[in-house]
Amino acid sequence: MTLTLILLATLMAVFSGWLIRQSIADTPWVAASGHVVPLRSVPAGVTAPRVALGVFLAVVTSVFALTISAYMMRMAASAEWRFLPHPQLAWVNTGLLVIGSLGLQIAWTSVKRERPGAFWRDAFWLALALGVGCTVAFMAGQYLLWRELMAAGYYMTDYVGSAFFLMMSFLHGAHLLGGLVVLTRAVVAFRRGAPLSRLRESIALCAVYWHYLLFVWIVLYSVLFVGAVPLYGWCRG
Amino acid sequence: MAHTAYDALSSAPPAEVEEMDLVHPHSFVGKYIWSQDAKVIAVQYGITATAIGLVALGLSIVMRLQLGFPDTFSLIDPGNYLQAVSMHGMIMVVYLLTALFLGGFGNYLIPLMCGARDMVFPYLNMLSYWVYLAAVLVLVSSFFVTGGPTGAGWTLYPPQAISAGTPGVDGGIVLMLLSLILFIVGFTMGGLNYVVTVLQARTRGMTLMRLPLTVWGIFMATVLALLAFPALFVASLMMLLDRLLGTSFFVPAIVNLGEQSSHAGGSPLLFQHLFWFFGHPEVYIVALPAFGIVSDLISTHARRNIFGYRMMVWAIVAIGALSFVVWAHHMYVSGMNPGFGFLFATTTLIIAVPTALKVYNWVLTLWRGNIHLTVPMLFAIGFIFTFVNGGLTGLFLGNVTVDVPLSDTYFVVAHFHMVMAVAPIMVIFGAIYHWYPKITGRMLNETAGKIHFWMTFVGTYAIYYPMHYLGFQGVPRRYYAYGDTSFITDSVQTLNAFITIAAIIVALTQILFLFNLAWSLRNGDEAGPNPWNATTLEWQTPHTPPHHGNFGPELPVVYRWAYDYSVPGAKDDFIPQNVPPERVEPAPDGGTGVHA
Repeated sequence: MTLTLILLATLMAVFSGWLIRQSIADTPWVAASGHVVPLRSVPAGVTAPRVALGVFLAVVTSVFALTISAYMMRMAASAEWRFLPHPQLAWVNTGLLVIGSLGLQIAWTSVKRERPGAFWRDAFWLALALGVGCTVAFMAGQYLLWRELMAAGYYMTDYVGSAFFLMMSFLHGAHLLGGLVVLTRAVVAFRRGAPLSRLRESIALCAVYWHYLLFVWIVLYSVLFVGAVPLYGWCRG
Repeated sequence: MAHTAYDALSSAPPAEVEEMDLVHPHSFVGKYIWSQDAKVIAVQYGITATAIGLVALGLSIVMRLQLGFPDTFSLIDPGNYLQAVSMHGMIMVVYLLTALFLGGFGNYLIPLMCGARDMVFPYLNMLSYWVYLAAVLVLVSSFFVTGGPTGAGWTLYPPQAISAGTPGVDGGIVLMLLSLILFIVGFTMGGLNYVVTVLQARTRGMTLMRLPLTVWGIFMATVLALLAFPALFVASLMMLLDRLLGTSFFVPAIVNLGEQSSHAGGSPLLFQHLFWFFGHPEVYIVALPAFGIVSDLISTHARRNIFGYRMMVWAIVAIGALSFVVWAHHMYVSGMNPGFGFLFATTTLIIAVPTALKVYNWVLTLWRGNIHLTVPMLFAIGFIFTFVNGGLTGLFLGNVTVDVPLSDTYFVVAHFHMVMAVAPIMVIFGAIYHWYPKITGRMLNETAGKIHFWMTFVGTYAIYYPMHYLGFQGVPRRYYAYGDTSFITDSVQTLNAFITIAAIIVALTQILFLFNLAWSLRNGDEAGPNPWNATTLEWQTPHTPPHHGNFGPELPVVYRWAYDYSVPGAKDDFIPQNVPPERVEPAPDGGTGVHA
């Protein structure tokens, strides 16, 4: 649980720091005059969807931190740990997600121009297609990876690492799927006449979300495959 | 002008709220079924949570009948007794208390008290309710599958929960886990709304330090829930895989009923850590909204500003943060390094400090207040008594050496029911009596309310006080029958019968409350917009009940905190948050402004 506690302590520290700034000089019992209630002090970029994404990412981080904590505690409780191999397909899948994330980033860069020319419009749709295509390919690749592990005899009943892979990749895939649904809704709404500004905001949020899920997958990949041996030694030590 | 102090340079950082595009359906289905109005969603949450809560209340009576009068009711066997215990606990904690405080009061009060038109994501808010309803239906369906619901105890400890011989191991436990996963998904949708609405949709002038403590309590509880529920989510998912796919996250190699299980190497302790990492913050997920609401009830009905507002806010934040580092005090008897026991006992006792601060501040708010013994105030005072009682026994159980002999006895049952069942329920009742006039436009019958309070207050003490004694006697919890056990004396049985009768009386009293709710809907006195002369924004709406959009064409502007009661020099003994200092009417005789 140490990992999760560090994460939560960080979140709470950030929250408390923010609250101190908001409250330290405030005297709530003193009423303000009607003439001086200021109009706006929240920065224009801090919109409700952006705050919501930040809060949601904190929740998702909590889910994955707890999953990894459980994985490490399960390792610590096992006198013997049967390690998974390092399948080539896992590298391929990781590469696909990197390209997917890159695609979303290029789409974001293209769409955020005030007056995009034909080049940037085409670049946007191409990058979006690349991003979505690679993400779908990544998810299919994860399924094939799971099949490959099963075919090689790394059954979930015998290899708890295999079971953790299934659970973690399922959770990760479910979050990607949710992102695809949001992205599709935004594009469909735009095609039906929603303003470009709404699409721009949605693509920005999706790009951040994709980068975040790429980061999560790299961490998961590290603990499940590449770094499993030293991690086990550390947990048992 | 009244001699009301105000600071012309006060720098409030409010956002100018942009107008929302609200969906205004005209059909009955659009308005009341697939509604995106947070107030309607709140009522939907309230009705569903109350309905499932009544099921749990019925289950508690089943338990009490068996314990009070063993060998009398042939329908109650050891299996369904354990099922009643398990379902009662889980329903009350998660599906009633959490859903009612956050989904019910959170939805109704956050937009109104913040001065917002609605939650920031109304569609997501609607989805949140329907996923919650699906979770409840999945849970209820477990009563009707082969083998019935799970009987593993509300904590669902493996390997027992998924081992042959435990009631509900076929379908009940699977449906319970699925239902919990659904509940958490639904809650996350709602929780995002509550947090973002508080952060982003407050009206002009509503600084964080002017928020009513009700909003602070619900806000912080939501933050806790968003971070703690993932632990239950992960634990449920892993146990589901253990149960359905034969993985070994939690289940070690065991021989059960003469058969070697296919599991190997799983760690039951891992589940306990995950469960209580959720389970202890859950106590405060329920308690913090109660703390916030009771602060507002006491201030309003004692006509005094809350004592130590900033301290109250920081106590809520401190309790929330500390609640994440005390979970293992639920596991003293699970086997742990004594150093860890000491650590968790220390953190547990530290959390008593901000909690005690809150109690002192409530009492100091009442001190020399103009106390109106209305029904909400009675319940608020009942809460303070009950919470202090339950909190003190918590200090006992927080110590390892005291906890070990008392663990799994009725002392623990008495403690957590006082602190986590009766105390929050007192606040829920108080809050319903307080806000029912705004929700419906009618007052609840006061005589029936007072009878309801006294029967419930005295009745619950008749139930739970004797349980402390049973605990000291060593009477274990969760047992179907005690048989000829040497240390269980005749007086234990007599007390058990007494408790059962008290429980039945308290349960029947709730019929009076439900009748009052239904009767007053048509026959209650007209409430008017602000029957309690309260200061917060929900009482300043142009319509009662408030229409969709809450505040008419213009959103209110806030000039003051929510606790301007009995302000010296003011004509009225309350100044609403949206009244600027220039418009406060002075008292004609230059008096205190306090009305008798």
